[in-house]
Amino acid sequence: MITLKINGVEVKAEEGWTILDTAKFYGLEIPTLCHHEGLTPYGACRLCLVEIGEGPKAKLVSSCTYPAEEGLVVHTDTRRVIQARRMMIELMLSVAPYSKVIQDLASKFGVTRMRFKIRNEECILCGLCVRMCAEQMDGRAIGFQKRGFQRKISTPFDIRSEECRLCGGCIYICPACQLRCQGPQAETAICNACLTMEPTCLDFYDELQCWMYDAGRCGTCVREKKQ
Amino acid sequence: MGVHQTINLDIIQEIVERHGYSKNKLIAILQDIQAVYHYLPAEALKTLSRLLKIPLIDIISVATFYRAFSLTPKGRHVATVCMGTACHVRGAPRILEEFERQLNIRRGETTEDGEWSLETVACLGCCAIGPVVVVDGDYHAHTTIRKVPTILNKYRK
Repeated sequence: MITLKINGVEVKAEEGWTILDTAKFYGLEIPTLCHHEGLTPYGACRLCLVEIGEGPKAKLVSSCTYPAEEGLVVHTDTRRVIQARRMMIELMLSVAPYSKVIQDLASKFGVTRMRFKIRNEECILCGLCVRMCAEQMDGRAIGFQKRGFQRKISTPFDIRSEECRLCGGCIYICPACQLRCQGPQAETAICNACLTMEPTCLDFYDELQCWMYDAGRCGTCVREKKQ
Repeated sequence: MGVHQTINLDIIQEIVERHGYSKNKLIAILQDIQAVYHYLPAEALKTLSRLLKIPLIDIISVATFYRAFSLTPKGRHVATVCMGTACHVRGAPRILEEFERQLNIRRGETTEDGEWSLETVACLGCCAIGPVVVVDGDYHAHTTIRKVPTILNKYRK
């Protein structure tokens, strides 16, 4: 067992766990995007950043790839972490503003402005589809190509791959290209509709009685929040 | 357009054998293939994938990552103009322009007859002798616009 401190609380981690695994085990929420159970950690989205160490030597690391170490001091919600996380969401919004997953993250973490040029590339290079194809589907049909700002995910020679079995796993797991955010301001880069809406019926029905079995999620009972 | 050669798969086999079918030597193998064809033909990469038992996409990832590799046919001679900081301040952009004018192609392109390709590189590491132009592996130091036709004629038959 490894003993470490997360947010001042002493916790125990098993050998081979990452900081994210440990935090999850103790019910501490760390937002993730490129992390998926069943796929190898990749550390691309940087949403799971946490601060390790103390004082001026404290540094930001991605918790999904950083192994739990004996005596490690971790903080998951410092000002620095929150600012870095917001910046990452802002950057991802500029690349894929139509992604519902990213718009939801923006609302959840209070990102209300987007200062970058909208690029509409609909790919944030999180590598989920590449790992899905290689690890779960055993396909190895798609992968990263080129580098720097030209980096992209594609099949060899950009034509249909012989390895691809059209299983659709890559589309299933993609956070950027599939689900569209249909918020009232979807034509601008940032939607934030979730911040201006509130559920109306939750006072009267609990989760089980909501006819979508997912209280408030369906949107039928949502009205605009009174400012 | 480029040098059209039929892809001889035995050559690929021979290169791979020379490197002992080692996956670790992928870059060296790709360099050897490029030395034969002046680019990386799709057929060759597919064969390589089969011989080395590496997924094709992984080979493509490596081949597209490095500027030294090309998936499109290159000319018989490749002129590489260094655009690094030291060469830049000594007039590399003008030398590149002169090459573009003389060969009538833009950077990264190949002439119609498949004789010349024009490339740029960020830095060759020999800043002291800049501006540097490399043609088929020969380094031409202290290049000036006036030397450009001389350099080109040296390789023209």
